[in-house]
Amino acid sequence: MTTATLSPRKLQMSVIGPILALVILIILGALMNPNFLSAGNISNVLSRSAFIGIIAVGMTFVITAGGLDLSVGSMAAFVAGLMILVMNTALPVMGVGIPIVLLGMAVALAAGLIAGLLNGLLITRLGIEAFIVTLGSMGIYRSLVTWLADGGTLSLDFTLRTFYQPVYYGGLFGVSWPIIVFAIVVICGELLMRSTAFGRHCAAIGSNDQVARYSSVRVARIRLLTYVMLGILVGVATIMYVPRLGSASSATGLLWELEAIAAVIVGGTALKGGFGRVWGTVIGVLILTLIGNILNLTDLVSPYLNGAIQGAIIILAVVLQRERKPGQ
Amino acid sequence: MGHAVTKPLLALSGVSKSFGPIEVLHSADIALHPGRVHALIGENGAGKSTMMKILAGYQPPTAGQVLLDGAPVSFASLGEAEAQGISLIHQEFNLAEQLTVEENIFLGAELRRGWFLDKAAMRAKSRELLGRLQCSVNPDRVVSSLSNSDKQMVEIAKALLRDTRVLIMDEPTAVLTRTETAILLDQVRALRDHGTAVLFTSHKLDEVVAIADDLTIMRDGARVWSGQARDLDEHQMAEAMVGREISTLYPPKSATRGARALEVAGFSVPGFASDIAFTLHKGEVLGIAGLIGSGRTETFEGLAGLRPATGDVRINGQPVTIRHPWEALAQGLAYLTEDRKTRGLLLDKGLRENLTLQALHKFSRWFVDQRAEQRALDQAVVDFDIRGSRDVSVGSLSGGNQQKLLFAKTMLSDPEILVIDEPTRGIDIGTKQQMYQFIRDLAAEGRAIIVISSEMQEVIGLSDRILVMRRGRISGELAGDAATEDAIVRLAMGVGQSAPLERTN
Repeated sequence: MTTATLSPRKLQMSVIGPILALVILIILGALMNPNFLSAGNISNVLSRSAFIGIIAVGMTFVITAGGLDLSVGSMAAFVAGLMILVMNTALPVMGVGIPIVLLGMAVALAAGLIAGLLNGLLITRLGIEAFIVTLGSMGIYRSLVTWLADGGTLSLDFTLRTFYQPVYYGGLFGVSWPIIVFAIVVICGELLMRSTAFGRHCAAIGSNDQVARYSSVRVARIRLLTYVMLGILVGVATIMYVPRLGSASSATGLLWELEAIAAVIVGGTALKGGFGRVWGTVIGVLILTLIGNILNLTDLVSPYLNGAIQGAIIILAVVLQRERKPGQ
Repeated sequence: MGHAVTKPLLALSGVSKSFGPIEVLHSADIALHPGRVHALIGENGAGKSTMMKILAGYQPPTAGQVLLDGAPVSFASLGEAEAQGISLIHQEFNLAEQLTVEENIFLGAELRRGWFLDKAAMRAKSRELLGRLQCSVNPDRVVSSLSNSDKQMVEIAKALLRDTRVLIMDEPTAVLTRTETAILLDQVRALRDHGTAVLFTSHKLDEVVAIADDLTIMRDGARVWSGQARDLDEHQMAEAMVGREISTLYPPKSATRGARALEVAGFSVPGFASDIAFTLHKGEVLGIAGLIGSGRTETFEGLAGLRPATGDVRINGQPVTIRHPWEALAQGLAYLTEDRKTRGLLLDKGLRENLTLQALHKFSRWFVDQRAEQRALDQAVVDFDIRGSRDVSVGSLSGGNQQKLLFAKTMLSDPEILVIDEPTRGIDIGTKQQMYQFIRDLAAEGRAIIVISSEMQEVIGLSDRILVMRRGRISGELAGDAATEDAIVRLAMGVGQSAPLERTN
């Protein structure tokens, strides 16, 4: 009848689990292909992780507070489409230069904020299930971007694209911008989750929202903020993503929501809320990206099985998570 | 004389029950006869629920025997008691709200024909059962759309399907309106006439007089009276339930009444309470008595911004509008919930996180100062005598320590006006005494305190003044020597004040 004691030993197991998995993957990768640990490959893996990773940090807060957001992938596609459209339209007036890029970034952040705010308001003010609201907005944004692109692809003007490209390909001291931004987001997220009243309130709401309400926590506002924050982070991810390909279509950001949720769960955040850790999410993202990378670098298993292996890892992570709380 | 014509169907003989070191039931006897309604009454905590649970096989007795048809039995599981025809209906309904009436009646006992459900047979049977209960509800209705009395009927139909010989009902009328109660009592009479043995508890003595054949009165875990119900009238029942002086459990009252802290007028919580008006002074403990379901909790949850409410509220003479709990806290008003497990504490979190949840702003500018939190926990452990390991989740603390932690948590936000709902529910006598002392000390510091409690002695022992609620209204105010359990019972139950004691039968 001993109810979930917070004994140091068990805590350590749940902490070590994801790290151990990551280390094993890195060793495996290094054994299979000598190029795996090259600076180029590491930079490539981290840059690719950055989009999902930035979104997954926001998702960690949403899930910790007992919510869910399925719309982030389509939201990213819509924000990218809108950003390209606005920049192309403004090009004759503003010309190529830093101001037009800043305009594009502002549009992305504002669009993300508004999209997150809409999700959050529907969930907290009207009291509709997060799953339903974001399933709906997922369809809406996906359809909107298809409509904006008229069924095809929205492409950023070529000269503009060349000017904007360093935001993805360039960097500081040899570290690319997406990695730098990802790192900043992670550090802020970790501090926010671990050391602020906001993070504490998120966990309290996810753990038991009635207790939070009776403890005078502003439950609706905190929940709303998690969705707004996630929306802004989707905007940030899009800012990094657009210069990479310079286009948006109905296939942009497909399944990103599931990858972000998977990363959060693999990282040890409880899907039902109440407990979350940002650094765990980072490890989750890295694990999922590394699997794809290793499969690409080796010919042992077909890269087409990437999804199957990722899926198995996700299920395994949840099984391990359940073992943390035996005999409910 | 007409009493012992039948052999008891189900009986307890010298049954005691202990939880850990605390004995809650002392050598109790009760006998249920077929075709008779047996009422079990007593104050909260008198041991009624424990007796019912032992009778229904939910809990084994620590000592003594359960006799079925005169032979000792021990039920290893709930299913065994049910298979013997004993059903317990809980105060909170045990129905699947989203299923229909018929699906609920047959839940777990579905009739089948081959691999498929035999819907025709189930329809016929549920119509027959509901007919026997003179209940006209459509078997296709979803249970969540039913009134409380109809839900009660579905519970009874469920019991009947399982060939129930003994039906045990825990306060079946607590959530029913007067009309619904009348319907229920009629159907209990019909069951009795079919030969079922019925045991029920109620705090409403007029119902007991109306329906009971036999009566057992409990007090402090022991049987104090047993016999035919018609031998006692309501006043005598109330006296037997109470019949005891208040011990030194309670600290001396030091009523130094200060300025007006809280003034409430024309206050209503839609659906639960209306026309509430009272004044609370600094340094005063105001007790709120009344039956469960009389709107006590809802009134003060409304006042604390936890429920929609309307009315005129003044704090320190200033009119205030409180629509949310944090607005109440900002005005210095805190409400300490009666339900510590689902509304008071985060059971899967540690002591520190729980302690500072309500007053977290005091510990954080940009970041939460975890050292200051730790110091606050050290202080709370000393101040409130919280025992047990600090490295465990709060869910594994004892009820008393949980209550102390909840108290410490609320006091950390330093409210001037404190509403405490059921300060001592489910905690042992030693901790109770500590809680009473804490409450008195807070009043002595000049805080204004409201204590809501179902335990009448607690209200009397602790309060300077008592408001009694009945059906969502304040039915009276008592203070000083006028505050007796008898007076509270009368106000809470709406029994006339002036009825002379001699007027029996």
